[in-house]
Amino acid sequence: MSQTYDRRKFLAEMLKFPPATIVLGVIGPVKLLAAAGDDDDGYEPTEHYYAMGIRVEECIGCGKCVQACKLENDVPDEPFYFRTWVERYIVYTDGEVQVDSPEGGIHGFPPVADESFPPVADGKEILRTFFVPKLCNHCDNPPCVQVCPVGATFKSQDGVVLVDEDYCIGCRYCIQACPYGARFLDPRTHTANKCTFCYHRITKGLLPACVEVCPTQARVFGEIGDRSTPLNRMMRMSHLEVLKPHMNTEPKVFYTALDGEVR
Amino acid sequence: MIKSLLRSVIALRTWIRGWRRGSSSRKIPTQVIQLGVIFLAVGVGMFLLRQKFVPETFGDLGHYRAAAVAANAELELRYAGWQECAACHPDKVETKNASFHRNVSCEACHGPASDHTNRPMRLRPELPTGREPCLACHRYLASRPTGFPQIIEERHNPVRACTGCHDAHDPTPPESIQECSACHNTIARSKAVSPHAPLDCEVCHDTPAEHKMQPRAHVPKKPFEREFCGTCHARDAQPPEVIRDVDLTVYDIPRIDLITHGGTFVCWQCHYQHSPEAR
Amino acid sequence: MDPEHLAQLESALAHVTGFIYPNEVELHWSILIVIYPYLTGLVAGAFILASLEKVFNVKELQPTYRLALLTALAFLIVAPMPLQAHLGHPERAFEIFLTPNSASAMAMFGFVYAWYLMVVLLMEIWFDYRADLVRWRQSDKGVMKLVHWVVSLGSRDVSPAAVAFDRKAVQFITIVGIPSAFLLHGYVGFIFGSVKANPWWSSVLMPIVFLFSAIVSGISMVLLIYYVTTLLRRKELDMKCLNTLASFLLYALIIDLSLEALDFIHRLYESEESIEILEQLIFGKLFLSLTIVQILLGTIVPMVFLAAARFSELPDEMKRMIYFVAALLVQVGIFSTRWNVVIGGQLFSKSLRGLTAYKLELGGQEGLLVAIGLLVLPFLILALLLKILPPWEEAKTSPEPSEAPLA
Repeated sequence: MSQTYDRRKFLAEMLKFPPATIVLGVIGPVKLLAAAGDDDDGYEPTEHYYAMGIRVEECIGCGKCVQACKLENDVPDEPFYFRTWVERYIVYTDGEVQVDSPEGGIHGFPPVADESFPPVADGKEILRTFFVPKLCNHCDNPPCVQVCPVGATFKSQDGVVLVDEDYCIGCRYCIQACPYGARFLDPRTHTANKCTFCYHRITKGLLPACVEVCPTQARVFGEIGDRSTPLNRMMRMSHLEVLKPHMNTEPKVFYTALDGEVR
Repeated sequence: MIKSLLRSVIALRTWIRGWRRGSSSRKIPTQVIQLGVIFLAVGVGMFLLRQKFVPETFGDLGHYRAAAVAANAELELRYAGWQECAACHPDKVETKNASFHRNVSCEACHGPASDHTNRPMRLRPELPTGREPCLACHRYLASRPTGFPQIIEERHNPVRACTGCHDAHDPTPPESIQECSACHNTIARSKAVSPHAPLDCEVCHDTPAEHKMQPRAHVPKKPFEREFCGTCHARDAQPPEVIRDVDLTVYDIPRIDLITHGGTFVCWQCHYQHSPEAR
Repeated sequence: MDPEHLAQLESALAHVTGFIYPNEVELHWSILIVIYPYLTGLVAGAFILASLEKVFNVKELQPTYRLALLTALAFLIVAPMPLQAHLGHPERAFEIFLTPNSASAMAMFGFVYAWYLMVVLLMEIWFDYRADLVRWRQSDKGVMKLVHWVVSLGSRDVSPAAVAFDRKAVQFITIVGIPSAFLLHGYVGFIFGSVKANPWWSSVLMPIVFLFSAIVSGISMVLLIYYVTTLLRRKELDMKCLNTLASFLLYALIIDLSLEALDFIHRLYESEESIEILEQLIFGKLFLSLTIVQILLGTIVPMVFLAAARFSELPDEMKRMIYFVAALLVQVGIFSTRWNVVIGGQLFSKSLRGLTAYKLELGGQEGLLVAIGLLVLPFLILALLLKILPPWEEAKTSPEPSEAPLA
């Protein structure tokens, strides 16, 4: 607010001084008015750079994030369209790995193991098992943006990979190029669709819906370089991993306690 | 702009004519001129169309429509955020924020509430009832992190709704928690479902009373040799006092030869003492 | 939402084995995207065949030169149609010319296509036919006169100097055209080969494999068309020409198979994390279309046939039949090559933990009927082109020039 005031005051002062008015008249209006327009909603994208942390060791697989995401972002109900989903990994003692994500985990997960310890499923002893939430990684080096033929998907100034649904031609090259399966074609608009980190929320200072409802703080949202925040603390104190690092996509969704079996 | 283009086309034509007249040996074949005119027309047409149809804000910030950023930010809120709830229900939020559910936001259980916050009297958020809403998080699943409170629904008071004993805003279990588990919850939960459940923490950890006041200054002792585990698990060991009331015909203590078992390793290099898996 | 589409997804979900990401149930690039590289391959292959005659002076191929050019044009006109039909928003396709993303391989499509169509193919055909068009016009009547006038762009000059220039122009355009044809189809291979997220596609060999399979498909298609049109016109097949076509087809097949084998062995030897799922793919869902149709029926059998017929003392009628059957098999093989790349690349999950299914629908925008329509359309266009621009020897208005004026 004070910025707005200062700028207005500055303009008013300038108008009293004739030579300055001339200078302003030539170069001023465009820049100053544009800046004033930005101030109206109080959000300056260049001052932010978003990222998410996922603490695998805290995820309980309740599926509330998947529900909240679908509701908040008007994602189609059918179990073929997800902006975020949860996977369950079961590693058996014989090395076999079983992964499932029934309806993206939106209704949680059915018990597969008995109640013994160590747990046994399908007659085989489980070595370790855990849940992994997935979503768009908002890569710093996004392959989806690289391949979009028309510039309908892009990395915004605040580091969020967005889709322009009024401009997307629906060629689906971005869906092919995403190593994480994070994109789908919206059956209603016939355009690519994906997680936006709840762009309409974070630009208003709110948390993404999935982070808001996560009961165990397995999801941590914040900004890279912002000090004394939960995300900063997590990034400082944990051994961080990203998904498929060999793809060199430089994801901005960071995982702790990520198992080597997770792909 | 069109006028200036036309003018340049005419100029080009005159120049070509002059050039042709000037030197007959370097005459451009008529077919090339015909093609040239067509290509020029197509090229200019494409250029003009492009000028006209490229969206207004395209390229302002990068290779995209800058207006698309605003379009993405326009979506309507469905989840209001717990701060909104706190404005009208400070008592509930205060209770919750002092309880084990301090990190669970209101809308995690009550559903999206922005309809309610916009028109508080007309539209009510969900009021979860029965056991299922709680079981979504607290049903026992092997994949859930060790230490997270989970119940086996068939055995845990199957006839009552959860809220009969637990206040959802302050779900502390009716019986008071053990002293050690207040801080070492993860360990306590693991141990509670393990074969070591009957053992009190003090059986293995000699804990000075001051530990509860100054935990880092007065650290409890930990076993440091194989012989300690051997007091129960060696071939000839007598079951210790503490587990005399456990029926050892149902669950026998695993026995090992203390000399040969496990080579040079100490017990906790292979077994996790708080939930040992050997049977 | 379309309930039919949903039912399709649900039946696909029922066929999933192992684990796939939930968004992967829908298979995005359908039969239409199989047709696209198939058609562009034919274009590039037919053009390269035509250039053999002009640039490399393979005189035996003279009877198929113009036919090959027209074949290339007919297929090139249809090539973008499956792409267009497949878009979620076909009406926005023009954006690819408005704001092409220079980092996107697909965005370059418009430019490669425009370059190839306008600068290479149309110009070569125009220069090659121009003198004929002018002379045909004089004897034409009715609509044909108008058509030929439009196609000749009103050109009138048939002086020896102008005709000589035409020849030089054709020579020059062909030389530019060969790398362009390589570019056109190599680029289609690059669209797939550059997707690092997909281990089945991601290969530096992809553009080259595409290119040689294009040459194979182009030669065999021109052979088939030459065979059929000549028989339909009740003329004699030029056996020298057919033998040469068969030889080139055999050589191209050998290179194509070697490249595919190299790619296969390389993958097997490197044995990256994707090898297990690709193994399941090759020996499961792709066994019929890859091992049996593409490699056995589409490559090895035609190779044996061609080699046997080419280098034996069989009677000409017999040889012809064998060439014809081999070329037909090659077409089936190349189509399944495209299928195995495009559909095969989407049958496994990028989690490398499961397989999904593709069910070809009969009707609908991306169904079998549309696909068949798009495969028949080039032949209709070719028939029209053959009417307007007859490539036959007897239609020519001037004798084939001697070599002297060119040098």
